[in-house]
Order: sequence, then structure tokens, then C-alpha cells
Amino acid sequence: MSVSNLSTQLKSGLDAPICLTWELTYACNLQCIHCLSSSGRRDPRELDTDQVKNVLDQLRDLQVFYINIGGGEPMIRKDFFEILEHAEQNNIGVKFSTNGTYITAENAQRLASMNYLDIQISLDGVDRATNDAVRGEGSFDTSIAAMNFLRDANFGPFKISVVMTRQNVDQLDAFKELADRYGAQLRITRLRPAGRGADTWNELHPTQAQQRQIYDWLIAHGDNVLTGDSFFHLNAFGESLPGLNLCGAGRVVCLIDPIGDVYACPFVIHDQFKAGSVHDEGGFAHVWRNSDLFLSLREPESEGACTSCGNYDSCQGGCMAAKFFTGLPLDGPDPECVIGAGESLLKSATVNLIPKPSMDHSRKISVTVGGNK
Amino acid sequence: MTVTLDSACELHPQVALRPEPFGALAYHYGNRKLVFLKHPDVVAVLRDVAAHNTLADTLVAHNVAPERWNSFVSALSSLETSEIIRVRQ
Amino acid sequence: MDTTAPIAVDTAQAQTASHDSVSSATTTPHIVEELLVEEISIDGMCGVY
Ligand code: SF4
Ligand code: SF4
Repeated sequence: MSVSNLSTQLKSGLDAPICLTWELTYACNLQCIHCLSSSGRRDPRELDTDQVKNVLDQLRDLQVFYINIGGGEPMIRKDFFEILEHAEQNNIGVKFSTNGTYITAENAQRLASMNYLDIQISLDGVDRATNDAVRGEGSFDTSIAAMNFLRDANFGPFKISVVMTRQNVDQLDAFKELADRYGAQLRITRLRPAGRGADTWNELHPTQAQQRQIYDWLIAHGDNVLTGDSFFHLNAFGESLPGLNLCGAGRVVCLIDPIGDVYACPFVIHDQFKAGSVHDEGGFAHVWRNSDLFLSLREPESEGACTSCGNYDSCQGGCMAAKFFTGLPLDGPDPECVIGAGESLLKSATVNLIPKPSMDHSRKISVTVGGNK
Repeated sequence: MTVTLDSACELHPQVALRPEPFGALAYHYGNRKLVFLKHPDVVAVLRDVAAHNTLADTLVAHNVAPERWNSFVSALSSLETSEIIRVRQ
Repeated sequence: MDTTAPIAVDTAQAQTASHDSVSSATTTPHIVEELLVEEISIDGMCGVY
């Protein structure tokens, strides 16, 4: 057996995921306009406490060392702490993503006393106006209050999670300063047109010039900032950003949604990318190892229209989810391709053929970009 | 280089190994480092290194060809830096 | 798992093994060092926002 490079080894798949995201509920008190899971209302089919614990036990047996918990707002679940404790007892590290609403002084103390726990607080602007235009009125103050509680409880270095938008790219330095002031780690991720983000992507996604700005900033500061390696499509600008340079969907990454369905990645909640369910015979492991979808995602991909471009090795043609939900072919350039190959294709994508997310738990209120002032 | 052929090593007690088609993943629960062990031989050597007096003895026991020993010394040195293994006192 | 197959060293990876392979090359000029271990960030790859 030869030693081949890491990315080749990763692309052919692993016995269990490395980066598993588990959304515990579709319920959320907020209604962010870019929500990747179109969350809002709870789904009556959501896994109950025993079912969640059973899946955690399966993950322990598969030696999934670490999971990302999200939602919806995961802390809305009454059994949230019980779930965290079960994960901790079974040596599964947890990072959970929250809008901060339920991080009270008391909860912050409780969280600070746990091992193997990371928290990321969502924040999409360094000021009220920028943040609240995306996440809703009052959400800036909520996030800051949660950060204060975590700091006062000596939680340690929590993460501040920022989705990069046209409106906040100029705030990168300010985000970093804010994180430094809290002894927190800044995590910036790429906006994808997933969930409600599909409807708002046109207004929110960074411009071509801003793509360059993000790249330059990451080249200068990348070592101290987490990105989930989500900006690898920018590697076509030149020097590669730190981290893995590949789409991990179904190979190293997957999503378990609140009702137990397993998708290739958190940003492709659509039937086409549903591999199965934790309720299936053989459970999660069977889905991960044997589903037709995941096996096909581990096959070498075709470069499609990217073949003629010399950048494929560095940018891998970008993100599958971003292509899918903008109506572009999966074997071809990313909609945010740095040489503009995606942008010109977008103009010809037929709007009514663009796939819609399969799940929508949005509450029935109107959502508009920049809705509040 | 912190690890030599004469070093006596062991897996760090907070480290778990997970078998994979190419070798294994090593995860350290304390510092949360995740390391790919990219060849089955390096996995076999790691699992057994605590049972031998030196790294060289372990390599002999696992029939690792001498021309690959340098690679193993480098690999275990970097694992020592990540605290996936430690040198026994 | 087949562990007896001959070792084919991936040259691109061997080059990134940097100074270690340079120093070993002086003593064993025909052997390119294998990169047997590689660390990645647990935060790597797309998870929740
Ligand atoms: S589809 Fe996009 S978001 Fe999902 S794993 Fe691939 S690159 Fe990441
Ligand atoms: S055409 Fe394809 S390979 Fe070339 S830069 Fe764009 S996305 Fe990357």
C-alpha cells in the first residue's frame, strides 16, 4: 500500500465522518434571512431524547470523536443539557452553534463546567445595524450578552461565528478585534445559497472584488482565524489558504437533520442529497458506508467546464451546494468562481429550474433583506 | 529531533486510534489534535511501540525495512510534538 | 489490509516533507522519505455556520 496524498485518501471516503453536523431541532426563536436550514418551527417528527442518545451511542461506537451541533436553535430543546452530558460521558466532543438567546449567567456557568465542549456564537455584524439586518432586531444585543456571560463564567476561548456577506466584509478587522477583546476565536465562513439563503444570496453574497478582499485578508491573518476551510474556491487566486482543499460532502462531512435524515452536508438539504435515515436498518453506519449517494460522491469527480481552466487543482471547482442551489451544473465552476466563469453561467441559468430546498420550517412571517431599517 | 531510534515511546493515554482504509486517525481528547496515520505500518508500530524498549526494536518486530526507518523517526517525532505519543521516562 | 505491497512514494508529498528528506537524502540518496503522518484542524471542513 503506497502513501498517497491526504486529499486523495480523503476523497475516497472514511469509515466514519470526521466532521459530522447534527441539527437537533428546526425550532428557532430567530428567523435569519440566510438560515441554511430554513428553521423556525419545530418538526413533530424530531428525534426524542432516547433516539438522540441512541444515535450518540452509535457515533461513539464508530469513534466519531467530535460533532457539531446546530439547528434551529439547539438550546431550545428541553433536553439540551441532557444530550450534552450524554455526549460527554461517551467521549464525544461537542461544538454547538447558538444565537445566544438561552445563554444566561446560570447556563454559562453550567457550560463552563463541562469538558470537550466548544461553543460558537453567531454574529454577522460588528454593529447592531449590520447584524440585525440579517439576524433580526435585537439579535446583536443577544449575542453580545451571551458573550459577556461566557466570559464572566470563564468559559475559555469560545468562538464567534461570522457568515461573510457583502455588508460585513469591510468589518473583518473589527471582527478580529472584537474576538481578541473577548479572548475568543474568530470563525468566518462562506455564505452558501442554502435554505433561506437561497432566496437572499443575490443580495448578500460578496462581490467579485470582495472575494479578493476576503482572500487577501485570509492570506494575511489566516493562521489565527478559523474558516471551516470553506473558502477553498478562492485558492484559484494564487497561494493556497491553510486547510483542506476539497469538498468533503459525503466523504468526510455529513449532516443528520432533526428528524434523523442523513444528508451529504449541512448545506444541501434537498432530496437529491439525502442518503438515508438513522432509522434505517443498520443505523447511521449503514447509511454512511453503503448509501448509493455517498458511494457515488466518493468516486473521482468530473471537472466539466472547469477542464479548460488551469486552476482546478487549487480550487476544485468550488462548492457543490453553491452550484446546486444556483442552478449551475455540479461539474463546472462555482457561482463565485474567481475568474468569473460561474457568474457568466448564472446569467443563463433558468430561474424556474433552480432547485428549492426540500424542507422549509420558516415561520409564516414575511422576510425581506435589510428588513428592519 | 526529539524521537530517535533509541527512544522508548508510548501512545498518549488521552489518544484514541480509529482504523481507516488508509491506516488510522489519531485523536487527542486533551489538545483536540487530529492526525492522519497514512500507512498501516505506522499504525501497527504505534499500537505496539509501548511493548518494546526502543523504537528500533519495534520497527524490527514489524519487519519495517531499514531504508524506511528515517521516515518512521520523522513521523514519531512529529507525533511527539503533537502529543499523540510521548517518550517513556 | 495488504501491507506487503511495495512502497511507491508519492513524490509531490515527499517534496513537502521538506528539511527532513533533505537531511536523509545525504545519507541514503536513493530513498525519498515517506510522509507517514499529517495533522489537520478539527475545525476543517464545512459544518454549521
Ligand atoms: S457542498 Fe459545499 S458546503 Fe458542502 S461540503 Fe462541499 S464544499 Fe462544503
Ligand atoms: S473555472 Fe472552475 S477551476 Fe477555474 S477558477 Fe473557476 S471554478 Fe476554479
